Amino acid sequence: MSLDKETVKNIAFLARIKVPDQDLDPLAGELSHIIGWVEQLSEVDTEGVEPMTSVANMELFRREDVISDGGVPQKVLANAPDREKNFYTVPKVVE
Amino acid sequence: MGHLTDLNLAEARDGLTKGDFSSAELTGAYIDAMSAAQDLNAYITETPEIALQRAEASDVRRKAGDVAGPMDGIPVAVKDLFGTEGVLTTAASHILDGFKPTYESTVTANLRDGGAVMLGKTNLDEFAMGSANMTSYYGAVKNPWKGADGRDLVPGGSSGGSASAVAAHTAVAATGTDTGGSIRQPASFCGIVGMKPTYGRCSRWGVVAFASSLDQAGPLTRTVRDAAIMLGEMAGHDVKDSTSAPIAVPDFEAVLSGDVKGLKVGIPKEYALDGMPDEIAKLWQQGADWLKAAGAEVREISLPHTKYALPAYYIIAPAEASSNLARYDGVRYGLRVPGDTLDEMYENTRAEGFGDEVRRRILIGAYVLSVGFYDAYYLKAQRVRALIAQDFEKVFKEVDVILTPTAPSAAFGIGEKMDDPIAMYLNDVYTVPTSMAGLPGISIPGGLDSDGLPLGLHLIGKPFDEETVFRSAGVLEAAANFTATPGGV
Repeated sequence: MSLDKETVKNIAFLARIKVPDQDLDPLAGELSHIIGWVEQLSEVDTEGVEPMTSVANMELFRREDVISDGGVPQKVLANAPDREKNFYTVPKVVE
Repeated sequence: MGHLTDLNLAEARDGLTKGDFSSAELTGAYIDAMSAAQDLNAYITETPEIALQRAEASDVRRKAGDVAGPMDGIPVAVKDLFGTEGVLTTAASHILDGFKPTYESTVTANLRDGGAVMLGKTNLDEFAMGSANMTSYYGAVKNPWKGADGRDLVPGGSSGGSASAVAAHTAVAATGTDTGGSIRQPASFCGIVGMKPTYGRCSRWGVVAFASSLDQAGPLTRTVRDAAIMLGEMAGHDVKDSTSAPIAVPDFEAVLSGDVKGLKVGIPKEYALDGMPDEIAKLWQQGADWLKAAGAEVREISLPHTKYALPAYYIIAPAEASSNLARYDGVRYGLRVPGDTLDEMYENTRAEGFGDEVRRRILIGAYVLSVGFYDAYYLKAQRVRALIAQDFEKVFKEVDVILTPTAPSAAFGIGEKMDDPIAMYLNDVYTVPTSMAGLPGISIPGGLDSDGLPLGLHLIGKPFDEETVFRSAGVLEAAANFTATPGGV
């Protein structure tokens, strides 16, 4: 499967990365090259094989459901590029 | 006595114990070495003040008879993927500009609590995505080993700064992380030891995430014994990482008996790839002979799905990365590039903040997870991953440990293999299967090639059986007797 310019434009939007128009064609080529290479997986017979979703073959550790952290807004906000009082700021989203 | 920086971790520990020198003296020697070797670009941030302060605190503890652990007073470097409280943490990405975590990762907290002294934060491929340390926003790292013609070589990646620092003796040891080979391949390129433990052995909490089902922390050191000591200090169950294993950490150093009599070693025939350089094939055979001579039984085994590990990895890792890296939105930390709307701000920030390789992987990940392709790519890769894990499960009923080369080549020149991403990905062809199955793997220097560059041997073990891996690695290390060092060390 090769990716065209429109597909790249669409996934770049899904990933929220602006890609300049002149980069779309070269990027489509690069990504198609990689996707073409991973497609060799289609040779593998995976009929009846369950997808592996957990590496560690163990039951998840359970802990008490208690509040163990929090109440530190200054720490949480310390790295914000822009803030007002105890809030992050973003461009206006509601008219 | 020679230079303090010539001592490996075990020797430095013993010297501190005997009172031959103080941690402040040892740390001072490393701060000088670090600053003299800045041309390597191994460190993104040097933290000499923190180092000296912790060294002095260690000396006070030692005087009071209150030593915190085997690494108390030992100066180490930390890959700049571990969140460190109050110290710039970049993941070698522009998008984390100015980020100073208000917390400490569990692994570095374990080291700190054990008295280890942090010298600084080491360079890496951006978000640990790369095999040559060429994708760092902070520039390429040089390998202290030089090419035959004196040209600069890559240290491997992604833990390239950590490997370069340990090989150049600008740190006793360093932390690394390994997603598909990022500890073991740079260890091979730099002539040092690199250990990726079993998935779940070390907590991932506070480490910048790349691919969460694959990422594991581990040590880069000068010897197998050093790796055993350091992993013991890094590992342990952590309630803040649900995938961290709630099992006790053994005394890894105690298993280095030098005895592998009767040990069953597997040689996977599928790893003998077409075009494997003769020198690597010879070293691999030599490694098998060394183990045989020490009393191990060596036999051929088959891991039939080996060739599909790398393509499956390049679906699963980018898919997880595209999801993990969604958090870099210009709102909560790091770089923010303004835009008229919220979406535009996201798009501008992420366009400027991510480098080419990271962008490529996020887009691949978004593609294989998108509607209509999820089953064909992502689910397919997860099924293949299950087959790869089953291959290992089967052979580990017959053998105790598996021997392979670490990487398909020695270190190559800075700037090489940059035109074709897949050529770069192939660096990890021998290490990725282990990562896909979550198994422990170690690289140790086996010898030099005809250009005088180090080549690594790779041992793979059963889940949570780092002990057998360390024990066999110790025997290989003794047989290889690798004493070469790069020029200037």
